[in-house]
Amino acid sequence: MKNSKISKIRWSFVIFFIPVFLWLFLLIVLPHLELLRMSFQGRSGFTLENYRAFFTEPIYWLTFVRTALYSILVTFIVLIIALPIAFFITKVVNLKLQGLLLVFLLVPFWVSELIRVYGWMILLRESGVLNHFLVGIGLFKQPIEMLYNDITMIMGLVYTSMLFMIIPIIGVMESLDDSLIEAAYDLGAKKIAIWREIIIPYSMPGIMSGSIIVFMLVLGSYLTPKLMGGKNSLWFTEQIYNQIITYFNWNQGAAFGFLLLVLSSIIIWIALKLTKQDFRKVIK
Amino acid sequence: MDCIEINKTGFQEGDQMIRTLPNSKSYLSGFRLFTLLYFVFLFAPLVVTMILAFNNSMFPSLPWKGFTLAWFFGEGPEKTGLFYDKMNLRAIATSFKVAISVSILSVAVGTMAAFLFEQEDFKFKGALYFLMIAPLVIPGVILGISILLFSTTVGLFIENTFGIDIKILRPGFWLIVLGQFSFITTIVTMTISARLKKFDRALEEAASDLGANRFEVIRLITLRYLKPSIIGGAAIAFLMSFENFNTTTFLISSQPTLPIILYQQVRDGSTPVINAISFILIVSVSIIAVANLYYGSKEKNT
Repeated sequence: MKNSKISKIRWSFVIFFIPVFLWLFLLIVLPHLELLRMSFQGRSGFTLENYRAFFTEPIYWLTFVRTALYSILVTFIVLIIALPIAFFITKVVNLKLQGLLLVFLLVPFWVSELIRVYGWMILLRESGVLNHFLVGIGLFKQPIEMLYNDITMIMGLVYTSMLFMIIPIIGVMESLDDSLIEAAYDLGAKKIAIWREIIIPYSMPGIMSGSIIVFMLVLGSYLTPKLMGGKNSLWFTEQIYNQIITYFNWNQGAAFGFLLLVLSSIIIWIALKLTKQDFRKVIK
Repeated sequence: MDCIEINKTGFQEGDQMIRTLPNSKSYLSGFRLFTLLYFVFLFAPLVVTMILAFNNSMFPSLPWKGFTLAWFFGEGPEKTGLFYDKMNLRAIATSFKVAISVSILSVAVGTMAAFLFEQEDFKFKGALYFLMIAPLVIPGVILGISILLFSTTVGLFIENTFGIDIKILRPGFWLIVLGQFSFITTIVTMTISARLKKFDRALEEAASDLGANRFEVIRLITLRYLKPSIIGGAAIAFLMSFENFNTTTFLISSQPTLPIILYQQVRDGSTPVINAISFILIVSVSIIAVANLYYGSKEKNT
């Protein structure tokens, strides 16, 4: 009896395992190994030329550093806006409104990033809606080009990645026992102290998973920097795209791709170490 | 920044923080204002895009020149509406085909993955799980080029050794499907796993004590229990596939999907026909999202 049960479990294991293994092995592991291999290939076999080009051409590594720093900045801005919004929705607003606000929060993010960026372009460009009104009420004498600069680009990146911070934080805050805040209040704690000592430490897993997802999305985004950023605000993904699609230099593109992968892994690793969080608990 | 401000004023008045405690007016109205501004920020670009779909102008901008449906139903030649715009219609059809294929594939494999990680024990389970969630932290652009490079290498190898040209390995429909499937399945797996975690395995034991074998148990008991998460996962997969740009852009050939073709039009400037497309997408996505949430909350309550 026991034997037959074991053999049945084995069968189900095999049936579940094979497709999952094929997916991860053929579409994740092997392609990334190929990416690594291609990045060391030149016209005549093995070469370090692709990586050397990255470190010797300032335009490449400057774009790389800029992309990393801006991604961290965007993640912080998103966090600062997301914390009060998440707190308001989970703890302050009355329960009837809560569901409605959650729906309103979610819907825009199911709309394609491209359409959201397009909406901002219609609003902000020189012939845009905002300029039309501002000139109309006499605030501006002439329309001003509000697109194609770093500030607009950062705002666009904040906009497109906001939800991925708010939702994980709401998920954690929901389980925060109100009586903890009440107790702290009764014992005379100030609001700042309650945030610092209770709410933020408690929400840390949500903050971390939100930050990781937002950081990755921003670092890897292409449309928003391309369409909202100026000529000088090149994003590293654009460099990869140019190498692969425009110059057809797949080896150089592979090296850039691999560097971006390494960069993102290192930054996430440092963030996890600094906040003493476990990756598997953060991504669940 | 606003949040600190609010907290400070709130504190000075000595009121409380959460809805179970009485709150001062300034604290609440400060919070409300901040949230209201956030929602305005959230919806402004979408609302403006939708309104300008009905503007009787050649450009997606103000001034308002009167209401028109020409950007939906115009037959051209001056104003070609969406329903007569062959290029955009073809791209929408392609996106639909891709999204349906990706949903079916990723739900099938995602369900198996959920069973594998929640109900089976095996060596290296931790390592495999780590690989399963890795696509979440791999930028889509990198996933796209990796799959492009790998499939090209394999395709060339097969062509050179066996003289067979395998179409799936060339940029095109199936490579787009595979590329999107590679990371969407992770999301679907996590959606289904979340529900499978809460499943009471005593039900399975009861069924197998009554003589059902493992697969009958899964088909008759567990899959029925998982149904809402499977439908939810399929909806998420469909939407993610439909709007994907970063991975897809490296895998297209002559038949681009909608985001790719929209991107080219947005970049080069276009008539408000893009607003008409956006209008339809925003409305249908809202309906799907609300239906999904409604369905989900109904399930939660029962």
